[in-house]
Amino acid sequence: MLELHDITAGYDSRTPVVRNVTLTVAPGEAVGLLGPSGCGKSTLARVTALLHRPDSGTLLLDGEPVRRWRHRAPRAHRTVLGVVFQQPRLAADPRLRLTDLIAEPLRATGRRDEIPHSVGELAAAVGLTPDLLDRRPHEVSDGQLQRACLARALVLRPRWLICDEMTAMLDASTTAALVAAVENYRAASGAGLLAVGHDQLLLDRWCDRTLHWDDLAVGAKTKPDQPTR
Amino acid sequence: MTLTQERPVLSVRGLSVRFLMPGGRRIAAVTDAHFDVAAGECLALIGESGCGKSVLASALLGLLPANAQAAGEARLGELNLLAADERTLARTVRGRMVGLVPQSPAAHLTPVRTIRSQLEETVGALTDARERTAVRAAAEAAAERAAFPTDHLGLHPHELSGGLAQRAATALALVGDAPLLLADEPTTGLDRDLVDHTVDELRRHVDDGRRALLVITHDLAAAERIADRVAVMYAGRIIELTDAKRFFGTPGPRHPYSRGLLQALPDRAFTPVPGMPPELGDLPDGCAFAPRCDRVTDACAVRPPTIDGVACHQPHVPERLRA
Ligand code: SF4
Repeated sequence: MLELHDITAGYDSRTPVVRNVTLTVAPGEAVGLLGPSGCGKSTLARVTALLHRPDSGTLLLDGEPVRRWRHRAPRAHRTVLGVVFQQPRLAADPRLRLTDLIAEPLRATGRRDEIPHSVGELAAAVGLTPDLLDRRPHEVSDGQLQRACLARALVLRPRWLICDEMTAMLDASTTAALVAAVENYRAASGAGLLAVGHDQLLLDRWCDRTLHWDDLAVGAKTKPDQPTR
Repeated sequence: MTLTQERPVLSVRGLSVRFLMPGGRRIAAVTDAHFDVAAGECLALIGESGCGKSVLASALLGLLPANAQAAGEARLGELNLLAADERTLARTVRGRMVGLVPQSPAAHLTPVRTIRSQLEETVGALTDARERTAVRAAAEAAAERAAFPTDHLGLHPHELSGGLAQRAATALALVGDAPLLLADEPTTGLDRDLVDHTVDELRRHVDDGRRALLVITHDLAAAERIADRVAVMYAGRIIELTDAKRFFGTPGPRHPYSRGLLQALPDRAFTPVPGMPPELGDLPDGCAFAPRCDRVTDACAVRPPTIDGVACHQPHVPERLRA
């Protein structure tokens, strides 16, 4: 199970953007988390992805409580999570060729020998052709770069996937292709998914169940048309 | 029919854009585009990222990079935008003849200044208002037209939600009362409610019959909501140009790519068009969609001409026209 219990998080402890959120994802389950932009759902995704330490609450990964976040998070925790963000340009090192981008987690975990096989297999799974693998981020489109970022997220065969607005910038066909690649991976691996987004049609079609942010975040006021201060 | 009685506000004929790359490579970003947009009408230019639609918008605004060459005509009144010099573009076109609703309002707005001061500056630059109270009133009027709450005018861009930043940017685009509004991906990253809101507001600005609206978007739901006609771009060409109701409803699109694009929507089949678009630097002689097309035949090795708004050798035929 992926379990979030009573999580409160933010950037200023006086005004947390996530308040007392509890949710669980079962193995193999796809859970959508729907909310307007700026509501704090991306912060919750970052907490779940071990990238942002919550102010309070518990995150359990397969029953084990997470105690450290960011670069101090233990490798055993980091490697069971795959993460894809909204903006591939911000998530990809511009100097790396796509093939190295996808292989990055394998290198970082000392599994270089798996690179040729895994990268080839994943490139095909996300629909990247060999000529694209040799290019750097500025030589490909957003959609192509996001395909590479998804391949990178899958390369360690994570048990849990977190997709934070993965397709918000993409056209309908690329969206359908990326979602299909996630679902093929999940069907083969049994991985669970937390898909965070603002498009209800998409989340309803994609996920087993969709949670609404306002129902989760008890007491948190999130009105998209209010200024954020 | 799509013919408008009035003279179109914008008339594009044979617009092509080539990028000259190091090593003599040529990228065919836009090829031979033809379309009109009339006052009171909205045309949505749709297609996936990299299809050339944003380049086309840049060409209309004279904002192409230095290594780009544009050919053809884009007439706005008496002026051919493609032949206009930078001075004309800066002084009479941008803001005055074409109001731009930008893709990313956060990047378009100046971060260190309040919305009011940016609106007032634009009023000063684009209108005859000179007196302090007149400038202030005109700025507030523009904010109101864009449904930007006037009590928020004192805020800075980073203090605004995505929806309000979009409205602030729209208010700036409306100041000059330009006959053509050009919205470049106005709904990217917005929540569905805000998308609906934003496109409804944009639509309101053409419904008074005084402006034409060209919307460039990859958001098909937004296009369906706002457009009278749609032009689908693929690999730099407009491959289908048709009535929006017929396109999104019955009988549906006729070009195989357009059909595939609609079927990719989560409320339709949710299946992608197989493969990826071709490289614009290495386009085939025949139909650029052929490697991905389920209707391809030998005829497709020759580039299909555009007939009745569709560039395809084997377009889908509406049911009622079948023998
Ligand atoms: S011309 Fe041929 S390949 Fe191109 S879209 Fe039509 S049927 Fe398909």
